[in-house]
Amino acid sequence: MAPTVLPDPEKRPRLAPGCRLAENAQQPRALQMPERVLQLNGPSLEIVQRCDGKHTVREIILDLQQIYTKTDPLKVEQDILEYLTLLQEQRALDFE
Amino acid sequence: MNARSFHPLALIAELTHRCPLHCVYCSNPLELARREVELPTDTWVRVLREAAELGVMQADFTGGEPLARPDLVEIIRAARGAGLYASLITSGIPLDEKRFEEIVGAGLDHLQLSFQGAEEESASEYSGTRTHAQKLRVAGCVKRYRIALTLNFVMHRGNLGQLEEMIALAEEIGPQRVEFAHVQYYGWAFANRPRLLPTRMQLDRSLATLKKAEERLRGRIRVEYVLPDYYSKFPKACMGGWGRKVMLVTPRGDAMPCHAANVIPGMKFENVQTQSLRRIWDNSPAFQKFRGEDWMPEPCRSCDRRAQDFGGCRCQAFLMAKDAAATDPVCSLSPHRGFVDSIILEEGREISREIKTPAMPPSKVEWFYRPNPA
Repeated sequence: MAPTVLPDPEKRPRLAPGCRLAENAQQPRALQMPERVLQLNGPSLEIVQRCDGKHTVREIILDLQQIYTKTDPLKVEQDILEYLTLLQEQRALDFE
Repeated sequence: MNARSFHPLALIAELTHRCPLHCVYCSNPLELARREVELPTDTWVRVLREAAELGVMQADFTGGEPLARPDLVEIIRAARGAGLYASLITSGIPLDEKRFEEIVGAGLDHLQLSFQGAEEESASEYSGTRTHAQKLRVAGCVKRYRIALTLNFVMHRGNLGQLEEMIALAEEIGPQRVEFAHVQYYGWAFANRPRLLPTRMQLDRSLATLKKAEERLRGRIRVEYVLPDYYSKFPKACMGGWGRKVMLVTPRGDAMPCHAANVIPGMKFENVQTQSLRRIWDNSPAFQKFRGEDWMPEPCRSCDRRAQDFGGCRCQAFLMAKDAAATDPVCSLSPHRGFVDSIILEEGREISREIKTPAMPPSKVEWFYRPNPA
């Protein structure tokens, strides 16, 4: 198995071409990409909304640590890195 | 089972059966619809709106070759307007940059470009046309726009030996996603099956190659593959289960649970010109026929896997066991598995015959080429 590469904290993730939030009002909060749909819960939606090529990975982590104050900040950081890695493996992100 | 517990997620829109390619494994039915019976633009626009209201999330535009429809741009715009994710499944023929720009402008999210081989010669044999070079041009063009690109290599015995070259070609083009999809034996592929089915050893070798490529390209290109189910121990969850997730509309407007459902005798399909998509999804006998688990025979009925594979493919059950309600014969638990094994054995004899006549150039092979309907 090839080693997993965690995203660089200074890079700015952006949704890859053909990857976007669903627009059908019947199915809100889903990330669509070729032949795949990911349902988004609260935190994953907060992450995906910040994958706009403007926020760095570090900024996304700091933002979400501010929102989820009841969760251990180390866990927030870890969850975000894992989620971004998952999206990258789906080829849903470009890093700029 | 209550239809309301199932929601379609994808609409497969077969816009036309017309196609400049003549692929020997085309999934279209043997009887192709002519241009004059194709649905008009406004009906497709309404169907797409009704699909979105039903909760459908994506529209896959396919054919035939959807580019053969002069109103494709309008149809894609209608899909996006309705809130759907728009995917175009195409051979890339005929497509110039000007038309492609219009298609992207209409909101296309994703283009899937089919390849018949790694180079022109063999690709031409299987598609009955010389189109490989044009496909390479289209891939280069797509890369300049912000839409997703999938390369789809259609695999079978004749081109599995080119797998390494195909992977190299995919790396060179650099799509987000590449699919190595083995031919499924329906329609024209069923007619040409004796020359398409790979051997077990060939398949095992290709699987090892694909797994290595998948690892190596992880994070760069999403690699996916579809294997021929004749060699599977358990059946595929065909269409995610009959009438559970997918709705297909044919060029003439018949709404079907899958591409091949019209091979099953006695099936009557409602037409989108006379009924709404919701009514068809909820009430049509065709969609209810194998929905849920009530129709299941043994060994499916008491099988732990019935919620994973839903009994497999109904069309395959009919094609082999002559009973659409039988367990998919590819299943190792099916009483009809012998049909599949005897087909594999018969193909092996066919291969031996081919190898005894190595002087025969590939172009002399007698394929059933799919025609282009008027």
